[in-house]
Amino acid sequence: MTVAALAPVAGKPRTRWKEPSILPGFPLAMGWTLTYLGLIVVLPLAALVLRPWEAGLHGVWATLTEDRVLAALRLSFGTSLLAALTNVPLGLMVAWTLTRYEFPGRRIVDAFVDLPFALPTAVAGIALTAIYGPTGVLGEQFAQFGLKTAYNPIGIYIALLFIGLPFVVRTVQPVLQDLDREVEEAAQTLGATTFQRFRMVVLPAVLPALISGFSLAFARAVGEYGSVIFIAGNMPLKSEIAPLLIVIKLEQYDYAGAATVGLAMLVISFGALLGVNFLQIFLARRGRA
Amino acid sequence: MNPTLRLPGLAPLMLAATLAVLGVLIVLPLGVVFHQALAKGLGAYIEPLTHPDALHAIRLTLTVAAISVPLNAVFGVAAAWAIARFEFKGKSLLVTFIDLPFSMSPVVSGLVWVLLFGAQGWFGEWLRDHDIKIIFATSGLVLATVLVTLPFVARELIPLMQDQGADEEAAALTLGAGGWTTFRRVTLPNIKWALLYGVLLCNARAMGEFGAVSVVSGSVRGVTTTLPLHVEVLYNDYEFVGAFAAASILAGLGLVTLVLKTVLEWRHSGELSAGRRH
Amino acid sequence: MNFRQADDTSSATALEIKGVSKAFGRFPALKNVSLQAKDKEFLALLGPSGSGKTTLLRVLAGLEKPDAGEVRFGDEDFLALPVRRRKVGMVFQHYALFRHMTVAQNIAFGLTVRKRSEKPSKSEIADRVNHLLQLVQLEGLDKRFPSQLSGGQRQRVALARALAIEPKMLLLDEPFGALDAQVRRELRRWLRELHDRAGVTTVFVTHDQEEALDLADRVAILKDGELVQLGAPNEVYEHPANPFVFDFLGQACRLRGVVEGARLRVADWESAAPTGAPQGAVEVFFRPDEVAFAPADGAGLAAEVKGVAQRGPDVRIDCLVEGAPMELVGHGPTLPPGVTPGLSVRIKPLRPQVYAAG
Repeated sequence: MTVAALAPVAGKPRTRWKEPSILPGFPLAMGWTLTYLGLIVVLPLAALVLRPWEAGLHGVWATLTEDRVLAALRLSFGTSLLAALTNVPLGLMVAWTLTRYEFPGRRIVDAFVDLPFALPTAVAGIALTAIYGPTGVLGEQFAQFGLKTAYNPIGIYIALLFIGLPFVVRTVQPVLQDLDREVEEAAQTLGATTFQRFRMVVLPAVLPALISGFSLAFARAVGEYGSVIFIAGNMPLKSEIAPLLIVIKLEQYDYAGAATVGLAMLVISFGALLGVNFLQIFLARRGRA
Repeated sequence: MNPTLRLPGLAPLMLAATLAVLGVLIVLPLGVVFHQALAKGLGAYIEPLTHPDALHAIRLTLTVAAISVPLNAVFGVAAAWAIARFEFKGKSLLVTFIDLPFSMSPVVSGLVWVLLFGAQGWFGEWLRDHDIKIIFATSGLVLATVLVTLPFVARELIPLMQDQGADEEAAALTLGAGGWTTFRRVTLPNIKWALLYGVLLCNARAMGEFGAVSVVSGSVRGVTTTLPLHVEVLYNDYEFVGAFAAASILAGLGLVTLVLKTVLEWRHSGELSAGRRH
Repeated sequence: MNFRQADDTSSATALEIKGVSKAFGRFPALKNVSLQAKDKEFLALLGPSGSGKTTLLRVLAGLEKPDAGEVRFGDEDFLALPVRRRKVGMVFQHYALFRHMTVAQNIAFGLTVRKRSEKPSKSEIADRVNHLLQLVQLEGLDKRFPSQLSGGQRQRVALARALAIEPKMLLLDEPFGALDAQVRRELRRWLRELHDRAGVTTVFVTHDQEEALDLADRVAILKDGELVQLGAPNEVYEHPANPFVFDFLGQACRLRGVVEGARLRVADWESAAPTGAPQGAVEVFFRPDEVAFAPADGAGLAAEVKGVAQRGPDVRIDCLVEGAPMELVGHGPTLPPGVTPGLSVRIKPLRPQVYAAG
């Protein structure tokens, strides 16, 4: 380090890396944070980013164009998209009921919304399979109508509905709760019908939250493993999700292939979330305080 | 409650639909776990839980959580102190990295450790030469769990401490308290419920994690199977009662977590980060 | 103060409130309130917080349902009409603008939600919005979002939005509450002019007595859910109905006295009792600036000047009047003669109000 760097020229404000503070402990806290994050997150991620290229671009391309990989990615992203889209109206309805109506046991019902967060995924997986499998309570009923609800993409979709719902509810709920009641009343005094109030005032206000909830549910669904593999059936090309394909490639000691699939998932998810973010920014521009 | 738009005519319909959705989608699976576990009576329920493999799985699960949770709690406090109490460049990048494990597939969170420490991993050869085993061993389970649960505590503390601001700490310092005393007597009491909340969620996930640990475990029955992996092993062997019995313990853990979490949200809502207030 | 004189030449009763009561749980917010507003009148509902003034306004808008009573507007039973059919233009305390709509969209909202058969054409709506923007002096801001406006501008958008539906009545909830003092005074004058031009019956809620007295044709003063006085600003200011109103409308000095026949006696000072004063022990109220000073050997209440302090354009005079500490106010840069700290003087309240001792 040069002396000049230590003694900033007077009158020329030097851009600092860190603002001065009277609080102590920054070096210790920051040092620990960076070291820990480096070892637990950055180093492993570096492996994920770098290892696919061991066999060159050609290797990556070969892996990505395998039928099985394409089918798995399509399945994972497709079912996740459908499930997250379904969860948007479902989640809005649940959040609406929980914030707008007073009924006995409301707080208990509210607490149960978080169950998919708290229930280990493997438990959810075998339980859902037991329900929607051919001999399950609901699976049997659906089977009578010729609808198979397990060991196929429908089963995957059901599992993803289960794990995604709380994301939508929990992002929309606080917004509905905090919605300025005066704004709805204003619409009312200006002559809006109930439906118009919902469509023109409430919905635009919760739209950003709905989109966030959607993207959280989607991101979680794409990577979901435990609750899906038991009900999925795991038939190559038909009901094999991308995370399972990673496991299979690892079992075959195809590290580069596994890393390629993992990286591809990460990149596609990232791209999707980026798109959602742009949508959010666009909506935010349209007037948020 | 505010007298805003309530769609009064729709109330019964909305309530019924909500209860139906939550009932079928969320409560039913929980009920099924206990129903299946007890399907062949109490004896058949207890028996698989006392099997040495099951007991080992429980012990292993507790061990992994006992190492991972404190590590991530300390990290969470340190990260929150650095991020919520100081202004520096690249803060949002740092926060992004802390949140990253939430948006990674659990399988990827396991995969990355295999890429580093597996037989053909970057450090695989070195580890073999020095006779150190990480993958297919407890340390691998810990690493995978630590990665998956890393954001939990930090995510609770950072927004709370940002909301609270540094005024109280600054006041303590002007009154002559040292840095450590200030942290212990001012900061810690202010964040204790949020810390507990974060630890609770972190622990639930650590004990229940499946995807990440399944990648690094190799599922050697009775050696590297945590309780969730034990569930899978039994299920795949068609030992359904045993699988659901083990699952019922995990479901119980989930329920206890849910109750404690809800109690924290009701009792100490003002001392949790804004998103947790009810 | 300069007061607007009640304009008795104006026309028939427009708004009629009869015996309205409303309780929230066990808390009575309105107790049997009755009052009328004339067509095109500017009526202020004045009271401290918790007096029920906002509840009354919300009853008028239809946002609260009274437990008892009647509200009529013209020939209509207002309580039978749902909010959206009442055509009242309400301006909310925090404006309640639709944050995701532009200024123009906000103003047009009430027109765009109309049934197809009643909805004006696009160009008619645009014309109307432009006209209103002009009226509230916000030309050129039509494409802005509420978050890009100052508080005063938001207030005017809210007003324009309320006026767009050509309301039968304009309701304003603490219209200046969220603004700073400077903007407040400007907007106040402007609002009055706007009202006079638009000619809409207007009811507004405020806790600021100065605002109510300055702006309204008549002031209704509420306390604990009851209407305690209704009258033109000069009436209520000069003849407050009770000590509460006296206190609420300005600073008050109080002393104990006795009324015997037509004479009011306070300590050794005697004067003519105000007309209609109750007999016997009374409380005497007067404004701290409505006093005359006299030499210590003259007539009046014995006062000892303890301190004098310049407070902007006024002078604050701390004194002991008949042994009790009291703050008087003198206007202008020069002190009344003889008012010097340490000296004794006599003071005479110029317009004492007398209420039966409670």
